[in-house]
Amino acid sequence: MTGVIHYKAGNAPSVLNALRHIGEEAALITAPGQPADRLILPGVGSALATMRSLRELGLEPEIRAAIGRGVPFLGICVGLQVLFEHSEEGDAECLGIFPGVVKKFDERAVRVPQMGWNRVDFVRADPVAEEGGYFYFVNSYYAVPGDPSLVLGQADYNGAFCAMAARGNVYGAQFHVEKSGDAGLRILKRFCGLS
Amino acid sequence: MLTKRLIACFDIKNGMVTKAVRFQDNIDVAPAAELARRMYEGGVDEIVFYDIMASAERRKTDLATVRAVAERVFVPFTVGGGIKTLADMYDVLNAGAEKISVDSMAVRNPHIITEGADAFGRQCVVLSMQVKRVEVSAAIPSGYEIAVDGARTFTGMDAVEWAKRGEALGAGEICVNSIDNDGGCEGYDLEITKAVADAVRIPVIASGGAGLPRHIAAAFLDTGASAAIISSMLYSPRLAKNFTVPEIKDELSAAGIPVRPSLFPS
Repeated sequence: MTGVIHYKAGNAPSVLNALRHIGEEAALITAPGQPADRLILPGVGSALATMRSLRELGLEPEIRAAIGRGVPFLGICVGLQVLFEHSEEGDAECLGIFPGVVKKFDERAVRVPQMGWNRVDFVRADPVAEEGGYFYFVNSYYAVPGDPSLVLGQADYNGAFCAMAARGNVYGAQFHVEKSGDAGLRILKRFCGLS
Repeated sequence: MLTKRLIACFDIKNGMVTKAVRFQDNIDVAPAAELARRMYEGGVDEIVFYDIMASAERRKTDLATVRAVAERVFVPFTVGGGIKTLADMYDVLNAGAEKISVDSMAVRNPHIITEGADAFGRQCVVLSMQVKRVEVSAAIPSGYEIAVDGARTFTGMDAVEWAKRGEALGAGEICVNSIDNDGGCEGYDLEITKAVADAVRIPVIASGGAGLPRHIAAAFLDTGASAAIISSMLYSPRLAKNFTVPEIKDELSAAGIPVRPSLFPS
């Protein structure tokens, strides 16, 4: 069973719809103590609001413990960003599972938020990755990994940025896998094959 | 590279997609969830639906239809109509929409844009504007006035000024819907679309008037729009020819416009 962490301002219902569409058993996680074989942290809204919400719900230690036990974990959009140490958005202290920080796109150079389908190239082989394709992004901020080997996929918006990060059992997608048509559903399906 | 988006737009009445010309003479086309699924499978990049009767009938957004669409569509999905409060926004997002479109209600209560952006992130809030060409005046320097309530009431507000204010208030996108061109299938109003796209740094959506792929190409090449709303040309039974998304994208690609490749050959 895949647990989808549900907090105010997240878009857990969309992720749940996508999981059910591909035939995966899934449930919303709203409080500590609910078991799951895999965890997805969806995200819309801001890094600060997300961190506050996770702390209020008592889910931060739960997430750390699950990741520590090797439970496959996927953060989506802001869910990817909070895996890093710090976000410029709201000057938020994040989970720090991955080294690195989250910065804002340069508004003088490009329209912010980035909104739409962008090409992602996957830079190494991975059981979850595609060869490449178009995925739906909605973000004003992007992760700058402290360790370049974290980058699994990259896209271009005023220069290359980290579109997907992964290490061990922990994945993060800056794009919305649940809203990227068949390409996104395939990534979700492969993530659900991890155990 | 970020591609240009094609957004299929549905006006919904009693769960059915309905088609009007210049905001009048509606005819039913198909059940909303069914048409949305067809459009998704046909490769459209995004879907927006407007619950056009919610305000007039003084009721909340039709959440059953929002849920039915969200269960079938795995591209971004925006909902407008009947959203007055932050709680309404939460209900619509929780029913599976990604974005909220605010229009007349935001003119009456601009603060709702900020409230929505603060609560859900600015990417959730699309400011949709009904614009009509008028004489240039001191009050309306762009020559386009904002209307509300299905283009029935004029506000005296300048379209470009309202767009800039909407951006400052926290809107994540601006949809420029031309009252003059809506349903005419003779092309978007490029002038006001460009004026708004030049005035703000958030993405701008061209809306109202697309009948042929070259109309969409013109919006992308001539105005700085990031996305284009299409409806009649996709599914209106009033038109002799409807276009598939791959047909449209082939023509956009040939014009040098970056698009997400079609899922299926045309």
